[in-house]
Amino acid sequence: MTSRRMQHILPGSAIFLLASVVTWLSFTEQPAEAFLFPRVISVVFISLAIWNLIRAVTGMSKVGRGIPVATLKNLVPGLIVMLAFVFFGAKHLGFYLGSTLAFFAIYSFYDPALWTSSKDWMKRIFVTVAFMAVIYALFAVVLQVHTPRGILF
Amino acid sequence: MEFLGYFGGVFEPWAFMLLLGGTVGGLILGATPGLSPTMAVALLIPFTFHMSATHGLVLLGAAYTSTVAGGAVSAILLKIPGAPANIATALDGNEMAKRGEGAKALHLSFLSSGVGGVIGILLLIFLTPVLAQWVLKIQTPHVFWIAILGVTVIGSLDSKSFVKGLLSGCIGLWLSTIGYDEIQGTERFIFADALSGGIGIIPALIGLFAIPQVLDMMAKGRVDSLIEALEVPKQKLSASIRELTKYVRALSIGTVVGSIIGLIPGVGGQIAGLVAYDQSRKMSPQREKFGTGHPEGLVAAESANNAMVGPSLVPLLTLSIPGSPTAAVLLGGLLIKEIFPGSDIFEKHPEVVWTFINSMLVGQILMVFFGIMIASWAAKIARAPAPIMAAGVLVLAVFGSYSVGQSVGDVHIMLALGVGMFILEKFGFSAAPLVLGLILGPIAGDNFTQGMTLAAAQDGPWVYFFTGTLNIILISLVVASIAYSFWNNMLAPGKKPAAGPATEDAK
Repeated sequence: MTSRRMQHILPGSAIFLLASVVTWLSFTEQPAEAFLFPRVISVVFISLAIWNLIRAVTGMSKVGRGIPVATLKNLVPGLIVMLAFVFFGAKHLGFYLGSTLAFFAIYSFYDPALWTSSKDWMKRIFVTVAFMAVIYALFAVVLQVHTPRGILF
Repeated sequence: MEFLGYFGGVFEPWAFMLLLGGTVGGLILGATPGLSPTMAVALLIPFTFHMSATHGLVLLGAAYTSTVAGGAVSAILLKIPGAPANIATALDGNEMAKRGEGAKALHLSFLSSGVGGVIGILLLIFLTPVLAQWVLKIQTPHVFWIAILGVTVIGSLDSKSFVKGLLSGCIGLWLSTIGYDEIQGTERFIFADALSGGIGIIPALIGLFAIPQVLDMMAKGRVDSLIEALEVPKQKLSASIRELTKYVRALSIGTVVGSIIGLIPGVGGQIAGLVAYDQSRKMSPQREKFGTGHPEGLVAAESANNAMVGPSLVPLLTLSIPGSPTAAVLLGGLLIKEIFPGSDIFEKHPEVVWTFINSMLVGQILMVFFGIMIASWAAKIARAPAPIMAAGVLVLAVFGSYSVGQSVGDVHIMLALGVGMFILEKFGFSAAPLVLGLILGPIAGDNFTQGMTLAAAQDGPWVYFFTGTLNIILISLVVASIAYSFWNNMLAPGKKPAAGPATEDAK
């Protein structure tokens, strides 16, 4: 079995599993009237999911290039920052502090400029502060959105 | 001519400022590779939440119009289409820029976008009220089938694989059922507290359109993304206008093709440019020059892209079925303002709807003016560094999805849907049908439930949903859209699918 075929089998299986759960719940949960429309959807959903999985297993599913390991390696640091920011930083550090740290971390990590150059670090700090100032002006001052404050602001 | 009475609203100071800001901002966002029109409009929706319905729609309409046109800048100067709609523009536009005709290409692009766009908006003005009258005849089962048609058309035509397209639509329809069912007073599919209120349209739109693009930028790693843009030498506008008059045929083909494609629910601008380019090449005596920097191809593609914008709103305003993914986002913008498209939209909200449509007409002219103005420094715009964009879009997405409902749960939903969509896209699934399913799901669901109740009191569900001329026509269209895509994807392997960019690597 080629790794490309395996790449299609994994999401195909995940979608089949999701469709199975949706179908199961749609036909077992009560009151039945509330699940009438989900039942119709789930029948089509599970049928298509089976078809998709069969195509993946038999190697007929060729659309989509999957996620190569190199791409995954590039993604991991950014994804960790995103998840930490959204699920922890935004609430516990505060939206603005969390955003500042996330912006700076993502920008610094993916910036192709040298990590040893102090001039480049100054530029990163300046861009981060300027961007967050605009965000603060837009959301806190103009739109007056009250965001979680966390430990600082 | 009712629309003439509402032009004053466009020129109110605040509305006009939003129109100007939306146009200039949209041109800049559109010119930036990696920021699609759909994502730009989705990120703007939270800002409109605090505005009046009229002002919010003026801003969104201006952004929609100008991001599509702005996408031509990076297509011409970098050969990176700012949006899928600009793929055909890159074919000849970039060759022209390489020859030192970058300014001419940009001028022709904005001028033809303007011509196509104005004609498209005029179609919207004159067709929508007519269709709205016809919509009066539509009843519960028809609305159900129209919603299903919207999902199947976009699912089968806008996706790389029609099985995956329809699956995306199904996932969207299922997501729309999550939450509290108000009719029966019961919970459905609530696996986490954040889902108890259902999936909000705005966090979903932002997550599905913005986060995959952020992750795409990150996936490239620490590479120098500053691709050298081609220089734009100065060119007299009058010379470009004279040049445009030589390509009336391409301009007409582009406008007609764009208008027709815009009217087809769910198909959208992705294919308008490519179909117009292809038709123009077939009808041109100089067809061998296409692809070598021939302005005719550029004119056809750009006029089609913007001609599509107005007509794509016709099914949106009358049937709640968006003509393009960006129009689907606009539908979200209408719904959060509690404006429900339908036959009575012009009676209930004439000021909002006509001011919105008129602002798009004025916006087309502003777009040409500002587009030509920025042409000289467009190269700089098109080179925004990817790491700043990735970080910036993420922060905007978080604040945008939070600000509407002031709920951290919405931010979690936004990110979960975004990461999920990124993975799905890598395996050939598409965001557009999923979004359509999510938006049209409640319409289909409510009308299905109502229809079943009425059917039980009459002749039963079969007669109610499957008989009658309009039901049969709509069901036939649903079947035809699936069958057409099935034929293209499965039975005609040697044949290139018709869905343009989205299907370019279809099997």
